[in-house]
Amino acid sequence: MIVIRIGIPRALLYYMYFPLWRAFFTELGAEVVVSPGTNKEILDAGLQSALNEACLPVKLFFGHTAALADKVDYLFVPRLISIEPKAYICPKFMGLPDMLRARINPLPSLIDVSVDFSRGNRDWYSVLSLAGRQITSDNNLIRKAYSSARAAQDLFQKQLEAETPVLEAIKRATGKRAPDRGGQAAAEPGCLCIALLGHPYNIYDDYISMNLIQRLRSLGVRVITADCVPQQTIAEQASRLPKKLFWTLGRKMVGAAHAFYDSSRFDGMIYLSSFGCGPESLVGELIARWARRRPDLPFMLLTIDEHSGTAGMITRLEAFTDMLKRRRKREDHLPAHGQPVYSSQGVAVQTGDRPGAATAYLQENR
Amino acid sequence: MLSRLGIALVLPPPTSRKTVELGVRHAPEFACFPLKLNLGNFLEARELGADTILMAGGIGPCRFGYYAEVQREILADLHVPMEMVVLEPPAGDWGAFKAGVRSLIGGRSWWDVLKAIRFAWYKARAIDAVEAEVLYLRPRLFEPQRVEELCREALGRLDASGSRQELDHAVGEFRRTTRGLPRRSGALLRVGLVGEIFTVLEPYANYDIERHLGLLGVEVTRGIFLSEWINEHLFGGLLRVHGLEHVEELAAPYLNAFVGGHGRETVAATVHFARQHYDGVVQVAPFTCMPEIVAHSVLPAVARDQEIPTLSFYLDEQSGIAGIVTRLEAFVDLMTARRSRRGKQEAAGRKRL
Repeated sequence: MIVIRIGIPRALLYYMYFPLWRAFFTELGAEVVVSPGTNKEILDAGLQSALNEACLPVKLFFGHTAALADKVDYLFVPRLISIEPKAYICPKFMGLPDMLRARINPLPSLIDVSVDFSRGNRDWYSVLSLAGRQITSDNNLIRKAYSSARAAQDLFQKQLEAETPVLEAIKRATGKRAPDRGGQAAAEPGCLCIALLGHPYNIYDDYISMNLIQRLRSLGVRVITADCVPQQTIAEQASRLPKKLFWTLGRKMVGAAHAFYDSSRFDGMIYLSSFGCGPESLVGELIARWARRRPDLPFMLLTIDEHSGTAGMITRLEAFTDMLKRRRKREDHLPAHGQPVYSSQGVAVQTGDRPGAATAYLQENR
Repeated sequence: MLSRLGIALVLPPPTSRKTVELGVRHAPEFACFPLKLNLGNFLEARELGADTILMAGGIGPCRFGYYAEVQREILADLHVPMEMVVLEPPAGDWGAFKAGVRSLIGGRSWWDVLKAIRFAWYKARAIDAVEAEVLYLRPRLFEPQRVEELCREALGRLDASGSRQELDHAVGEFRRTTRGLPRRSGALLRVGLVGEIFTVLEPYANYDIERHLGLLGVEVTRGIFLSEWINEHLFGGLLRVHGLEHVEELAAPYLNAFVGGHGRETVAATVHFARQHYDGVVQVAPFTCMPEIVAHSVLPAVARDQEIPTLSFYLDEQSGIAGIVTRLEAFVDLMTARRSRRGKQEAAGRKRL
């Protein structure tokens, strides 16, 4: 019997749903082929096929698709409209299958079922059963495949909430490594703890995040991401906004940010965003503004695109962690963001990032 | 509409370089251009004494729906005390919409509000009528500047109008005077202007692209008008407006889903213009505009199948007018060459017959 090969690009929502998708198609008897980890070749293919104005994650999705195009019979590229009620993910996710068809040629058949949970009570079962019917007509098999897929995804979710790194959790939930309860290796006492925010496909892609998480760890930092925050908490915290946010990932970032603000375990917060990301241009701004009103939690925004260089990233991470370490040592003596530092001459100097602010302050106090 | 309800209205001055500077200084760096201009408008209105901002909302996935929330935070950080009244589209939640309107109108009756809305609507249609006329006439006149002057006058008169009769009169007057202007003869190139609505409608945001095309002798047709937007966003599509119909059928198979903003309308309008044998389509959008990026991604396929050249511009405060005009000139040359080649082919075809 010929085994159908189904390709899943290692990009975008791969980092949130791969265990579910993989288990489902494997149980249906298909062979799931995942594109290799992002590398230069994939990035270049993405840059060539995607529109210049698209954001880096979407370009990478094109690259990963191109890497699979001649290796599989079907590509699983769901049209991701909404994965929770009254919220979208991003317009570009909604147009993915159309954009791929217009720009990559030849392309294997797409399994482009719509994922739209915003209306009615549709769930992954209704989506995946539609997808499953494209390769089998056995409804019992589909139901069975879905229940093991659900189990894999639940295991994945549990691992995440135990603060297991995502890539590790994916391996465990797809049976590549035995699950354990450990989470991150117990960090040495007194090490820095940084909250890392950012869309999963940016922070967990080692190539484009330039190994951000690994680098922080090697600087002696324990990294906590939004995925470690239980979904319930995220929903509660995000509802503190005066107007409900209509982007799922944005809501996740906002909810996690508030949960992090409320906790006292963090020394600093980093937001990794991709250049040109629409939701992040507003959500990141809100989070940064709230962080600045919080004198005790230093915040750094890193923006990446295909031109980012490792050296700049390393320098900024080192400077940030050094600053955090110094703060810890001399906590009482350091001014918060935006507060004046008194120099020996008694002239106030404003710390902060608005160049005009410092001079205005000087003039007022002369 | 608001002045009709007895609310003192402060209109921000027309968008200018200063607006851009104010907006860019305080808005998020990667926010889209309309948010920046919008914020600049607010700050300028504040200088003129406004204390409340009336703004439309939305439910995504386009960023516009969340503008007001971000702007509120920015104004708070700037210590600018302005109240924001956000009119969310009344999708299933008329209560909130009513409360928003109520906080604005105080004790006046809903009948007054209804009358004011109907009047405002009529006015929006009148403005669209005048602007469509300018688009038609500009490439046809020996002195296009003249019609621009008349348009400015007419818009001023529309703005000051307090009744339907006055509006009708102002539009009629404008039509009468422009009819007498000397016109040139000859065939014109026709271009459809599609894209994100704010960029299409706000000359400062699109660097006067309609005017530049008009002066190059191109007749521009907008794919989208102000009244369509008002209808869609504030009245929940209750009114029947003569806009582009069958958007879904036109956009398929290139774009088979709603992608927020006017992404699907852009694709549909491009197909529509191709079927009307237009010479080309120009797409304008703010830099990083998500729905338009999706639309632009599929436009090459549309252009190939429907045989229509397209040109896309992403605009923000960094754009330069010279670059835009050069690209427009090249595009016009291309369309002219294409048309004469087609003319020759057709003539050759006829001879062979």
